[in-house]
Amino acid sequence: MGEALIAARGLQKRFGDFVAVAGVDFEVMTGEAFGFLGPNGAGKSSTMRMIAATSSRSAGELEVLGRDPDVDGPSVRSRLGVVPQEDYLDLELSVADNIFVYGRYFGIPRKLLRARIDELLEFVQLTERARDRVDTLSGGMKRRLTIARSLVNQPDCLLLDEPTTGLDPQARHLLWDRLYNLKAQGVTLVLTTHYMDEAEQLCDRLVVMDKGRIMAEGSPRELIERYVTREVVELRFGPGEAPSMAARVAPMAERVEVLADRLLLYTDRGDEVADEVHANGLSPASTLVRRSSLEDVFLSLTGRNLTD
Amino acid sequence: MSVPTFLRPVAYYWSAYKRTWKSQLSDVLVGPLLYLASLGVGLGSLVGHGHRLASLGGQDYLSFVAPALLATTAMQMALVLSTWEIFAYVSPWNGAYRSMQTSPISVQGIVVGQLTWIVLRVELASAAYLLVSAAFGAVHSPYALGALVVGPLVGLAFGAPTAAYSVTVRHDQPLVLIFRLFMLPLFLFSGTFFPLSQLPVGLRYVAYALPLWHGVELSRSLYAGHLGGDFVLHLAYLAAVAAVGTVVAGATYARRLAR
Repeated sequence: MGEALIAARGLQKRFGDFVAVAGVDFEVMTGEAFGFLGPNGAGKSSTMRMIAATSSRSAGELEVLGRDPDVDGPSVRSRLGVVPQEDYLDLELSVADNIFVYGRYFGIPRKLLRARIDELLEFVQLTERARDRVDTLSGGMKRRLTIARSLVNQPDCLLLDEPTTGLDPQARHLLWDRLYNLKAQGVTLVLTTHYMDEAEQLCDRLVVMDKGRIMAEGSPRELIERYVTREVVELRFGPGEAPSMAARVAPMAERVEVLADRLLLYTDRGDEVADEVHANGLSPASTLVRRSSLEDVFLSLTGRNLTD
Repeated sequence: MSVPTFLRPVAYYWSAYKRTWKSQLSDVLVGPLLYLASLGVGLGSLVGHGHRLASLGGQDYLSFVAPALLATTAMQMALVLSTWEIFAYVSPWNGAYRSMQTSPISVQGIVVGQLTWIVLRVELASAAYLLVSAAFGAVHSPYALGALVVGPLVGLAFGAPTAAYSVTVRHDQPLVLIFRLFMLPLFLFSGTFFPLSQLPVGLRYVAYALPLWHGVELSRSLYAGHLGGDFVLHLAYLAAVAAVGTVVAGATYARRLAR
């Protein structure tokens, strides 16, 4: 693995009395895809804004591309690409003009900029829409445009805040595909997400955040191995029935999570446990055996769902 | 040759302006035409039957009102550009400042870029006003070219403090009040349409305290070619308001954009 592109120690962000980020340590290595996974309000976006040198830290140390973002903000920003949660596109300007204007913020000469816009629009598959106003684009297209715009300064590192929130499945996959492509070109990706499938798909390594703190760190596979079993048996019951069944199934699994309408039985032998449940006379409305996911990791770490 | 960082935001304002430049440009010409025809010529033919009046400083009504309207236009243009637009620039549905923030442009650069744009737009409107009022025969001195400095200065004296405020609001209702409760009375009672001496003493001091009257006085003396001793005082006052407004904007922008 390469050197650390971003390094944080005891990083904090407070807004008055409210602590958004309560002292976090992490390192992002050159060329990797690194994720912050957590629910809304976990402090992911605040952390991203500090990395992006758009918000100063309240305490702790932070180094981005070898510099202190609070001291060398402009030079840090000149080497980063940022895809904010809100696209912040001008809806009345054309697709190409949005990138052009942004490129001018970086002082890129017009001629070079025009050539680069053509390449970028091709990369995000929006060449046909170059002259169209942004308000005629779909949500997925706007997101791809924001990515194209963020690449105009040929950044070493791309920061993506909730890159696919609000997109339909097809648009998400197209976007992920572009991000794989960037990663293959050596661009370091740092992203926040509250989608566990996105984190599993995109991230080489991630931290799980909750209430301003980092709960765990590792690759998706490592986290699943460390915090949960290989498989889960999901038993769905009628409203309010699940909690009363928990005691009966507890001996069959390594661990049982009780949700309002479901029991999650963590085990390494899912099919056998499912059979055992039925053999014991329990008749849940539905039974599902599946592989454990990061959602289960989050549940085991915090007792809550990511999307709660 | 690279553009200084603090002027880079102008690329955005220019792109947005370019999209509607024809209607914008005709607006700055049609405004003065209508105002000078109705107030200067129409109303002016009633006030002293178009003759010079001692009560208007020895001018006919058209010559009295034309330079004042240049100053009020500068104020209006600056207020329009420093309210709704700025509200949009921090909002999710436009967020122009938010995207500038992720570039090497600093918050101070965002402020300077914004105020530069307001000054440029007010300059264009002032030039149009000067041109139209000259065509109406209301300009009596080459000093009137000085209005190309006074107009933008009035614009900055209104635009900078207003921008400083607009960047802080979360809803746009207070911005409506700026126009209704602040701009409209100033427009009507700053010695624009009648001399300030017609106002009760108390209200006169209100007019003295606010920037528009100073702009009106400056513009009027330039049009007439009589630069009195208080010329420098008016200029200094406007420059001071503009400077304080710019500094305050630096602080309010930094505060809002840090979140």
